[in-house]
Amino acid sequence: MTDAVSTATRAGRPVISDVVGRLPEYLMIWVPLLLSAAHLISFSLWTIWISFTPSTLVPVSGWVGLRNYTAVLASRNWQIAFDNLLLFGSAFVLLSLLTGLLLAILLDQRIRGENVLRSIFLYPLAVSFVVTGTVWSWLLNPGIGIQKLVHDLGWTSFRFDWLVDRDMAIWTIVIAAIWQSSGFAMALFLAGLRSVDADIIKAAQIDGAGPFRLYRRVILPTLWPITVTVIVVQLQFAISAFDLVRALTNGGPGIATQLPALVVYDLMFQRSQLGRGAAAAVLMLLILLAVLLPYAAWRYIQRRQAGHA
Amino acid sequence: MRDRSFTPGRILIYLVVTLFAAAYLAPLAVVVLNSLRTNEEIAQGSMIGWPQHLAWGNYAKAWSGFCVAETCAGIRPYMLNSALVTIPATIISTLLGAVAGYAVSLWRFRGDNWIYGIVTLGLFLPQQMRLLPWTIVLRDIGLINTLTGLVLIHTIQGLSFTALFCRNYYVAIPHELIRAARIDGAGFFRIFWRIILPLSAPILIVTVIWQFTHIWNEFLYGVTFTTGQQQPVTAALIALSAAIADIPQHGVQSAAVIIAALPTLLIYLLGGRYFVRGLTAGAVK
Amino acid sequence: MAALSIRTLSKRYANLEVLKGIDLDIESGEFTVLVGPSGCGKSTLLNIVAGLDRPSAGTIEIGGRVVNDIPPKDRDIAMVFQSYALYPSMTVRQNITFGMECRHVPKIEQEKAVTNVAKLLQIEPLLGRKPSQLSGGQRQRVAMGRALVRNPLLFLFDEPLSNLDAKLRVEMRMEIKRLHQRIGATIVYVTHDQIEAMTMATRIAVMHQGSVQQFADPDTVYRYPANLFVARFMGSPPMNTMPARLEAENGSLVVIIGAGRPDEVRLRLKGYDAAAPFVGREVVFGIRPECIAEGSRAFSGDAPVLVNAPVEMVEPTGAETMVLLRLGGEPAMARISPDIRPAPGASASFALDTRRICLFDPETERLIA
Repeated sequence: MTDAVSTATRAGRPVISDVVGRLPEYLMIWVPLLLSAAHLISFSLWTIWISFTPSTLVPVSGWVGLRNYTAVLASRNWQIAFDNLLLFGSAFVLLSLLTGLLLAILLDQRIRGENVLRSIFLYPLAVSFVVTGTVWSWLLNPGIGIQKLVHDLGWTSFRFDWLVDRDMAIWTIVIAAIWQSSGFAMALFLAGLRSVDADIIKAAQIDGAGPFRLYRRVILPTLWPITVTVIVVQLQFAISAFDLVRALTNGGPGIATQLPALVVYDLMFQRSQLGRGAAAAVLMLLILLAVLLPYAAWRYIQRRQAGHA
Repeated sequence: MRDRSFTPGRILIYLVVTLFAAAYLAPLAVVVLNSLRTNEEIAQGSMIGWPQHLAWGNYAKAWSGFCVAETCAGIRPYMLNSALVTIPATIISTLLGAVAGYAVSLWRFRGDNWIYGIVTLGLFLPQQMRLLPWTIVLRDIGLINTLTGLVLIHTIQGLSFTALFCRNYYVAIPHELIRAARIDGAGFFRIFWRIILPLSAPILIVTVIWQFTHIWNEFLYGVTFTTGQQQPVTAALIALSAAIADIPQHGVQSAAVIIAALPTLLIYLLGGRYFVRGLTAGAVK
Repeated sequence: MAALSIRTLSKRYANLEVLKGIDLDIESGEFTVLVGPSGCGKSTLLNIVAGLDRPSAGTIEIGGRVVNDIPPKDRDIAMVFQSYALYPSMTVRQNITFGMECRHVPKIEQEKAVTNVAKLLQIEPLLGRKPSQLSGGQRQRVAMGRALVRNPLLFLFDEPLSNLDAKLRVEMRMEIKRLHQRIGATIVYVTHDQIEAMTMATRIAVMHQGSVQQFADPDTVYRYPANLFVARFMGSPPMNTMPARLEAENGSLVVIIGAGRPDEVRLRLKGYDAAAPFVGREVVFGIRPECIAEGSRAFSGDAPVLVNAPVEMVEPTGAETMVLLRLGGEPAMARISPDIRPAPGASASFALDTRRICLFDPETERLIA
């Protein structure tokens, strides 16, 4: 009996002093993590809630059902933005993927100056989209950029005025975006190429595979998980692209290069239609989820298979 | 294939990579050259050209001379704003992320996987979903249009990345190390300080570079939550273009662009290897 | 006084019961080896003793004190890990003094302790190095130094030799044993290697599926394995076990292997009276390989028991010849003299040491006699 009591007190004391002594570490771990987690969840719910209210200049309570969504979806602004997103997203992702892959394969040929070249292809990633957009807006401006240069050189019928051409302006964003981020695809592909088992390459060479066949049949098939990752990351960027467009075309000419992120900003902070702005933001999230959820499922299946193998 | 001799095929390879390299360098070269040309010289020709004489004055003007909306202090105050936001936010978010990553990977607490999972969702949630709540919260706590407000946002948002980077690095550290230290009598912070932190240099460099680059280059929050003299340099650059659209001063603007891009470019040049590692770490999530 | 007492200890992760009511009493100065296949719960048990893991039920006493709620650092233990767990950023000296630093031991005493331990383990020249600059054996020594310097009530070793190559492992094995003899420490040592257990332990706890199968000195464990699992786990190659029948013949017990076959083997047993209740029933017959030898071998005692058995395979190892043969149709390994090489496919004569046979109950798998 006495033994049990003494055991209990002996066990009890360190536990209490333990909690007090460990308070700083609990604070240091939990406060930031909880704040971060809480803001992610509550802010998302908050924005979703606003999207169902008749808020305009300030958030107000009330319920308008899907009216904000139908209004946004019916607006020309959003329709153009969505069409642009489809075109910009697919063109940018495809072209930067191909550029990145080509550069990676070229750099994989044990060429001299590989490090310098790799740095050159990657440096745009260190630069802000604002800077990229500003610089390309000069280069692509027909009055002062490439077109003017060619004119000054004597070829006066040369035309390169996509920046002010309603139909072609979206391609200027594609160009600038590829310049900025194809290096990312290259870096991932190059890492993938370098991680191919050297013995497999030797075996293929002994089997008599030439360089072309070696890449097409042996090396490239190992890259497809990386390809999926690159596509998803680039799509994620395309869907939320804002800075680049803002600096390059600011959605113009007119609203020809409107994109969802610009529509959100426009509705929220320029037209003071918070409800609709929030609805447009939620629509952006849905587009993003349409990309990310299949990707997450794919990753989950891959991991399960790897786990069973 | 992988030899270093000069066959026609390999000459073609060199030709193609050189062309690509030229294309990637061209915008930088154009801006650098323009930053050394006078506005008049650019106005006569195009943006693309060799400076007739080096107009270093552009930099002085860009740094502290030109006017944006009645204030004529150049880009300097905005650079300072960016630095005052980026440096504290980078340091705090990296530190908190390291502690959180260490706790989640090496200590295990009840519910840590849930919290950590939610935090990593922050990598994907678009900024647009948080714009309105942040606006309201910042206004309520009196931090709207302040640099402190931006530091707060970037710290909390950055935690998603920093905790992820550090956790993924720390999970590779053997648990036995922690066990040995616990038996030796070391506690949470002593183990972190004496054993984990000395091993963390690579991941801390990656994290700091990543955070610095991202926060410095961030635009949407800067333009949404601050105005006028409180804006970071990205937002100021856009304001600058708008302000001088009538009388273009491309020489000065080019100098301003170079100055604004310089910090992250320098960091890239100095820590290229870590920069790339951050890119891939951020992608593979 | 018991240095370590474990009472009805169990550990459960979700639905998985890793430890099922462990009871162990380890005396001061004992070298106890917990041995078992991977997943048997031995490392979990060690971690619970160290305080790195919490038991689901049961108590642990170290030096007469219940330590269930006491953190590892206050349990008066030291531990040597499989990966050594040397702090990579610290020198050998700092690795050894870190624990004392945490306990605010004065610098002068730290110095003295390091000097003593370094001398004992002959690692003086290494004190200034980082772990990455050490060989596997040196790391092992430093890890032990870190434990020794605490001078604890209880040393815990978690498979400390499994990362070493075979030769070094044998050397370190001897060194640890010598160390134990010299300082008389109480050691609990976890390994999956039954040879380590046999060579080093004063007592062995054989574990399987979360419970202790047998806890006894090495000779007892080897000679009288408590059950079939222990019989098959200890010894390399393990004990031959095969179904057999027990009969009574002229007042003595006879075990019959392959009953009814033309080549059935009948062995008369002496001193196995405990098996009497099993007369007329099936048993599991167990015999160690070294108890089957070439026909010319005279096992001390009575007249040799000889059988003719077909040889299937012969493996000379240099020190001995291993022979796979058939006893009444059942496969069995025999350990015979190195210079005798029976021809595979032919029959040969073998001597059996019938005094060292084990009989097990086929239902409970327990040792009968």
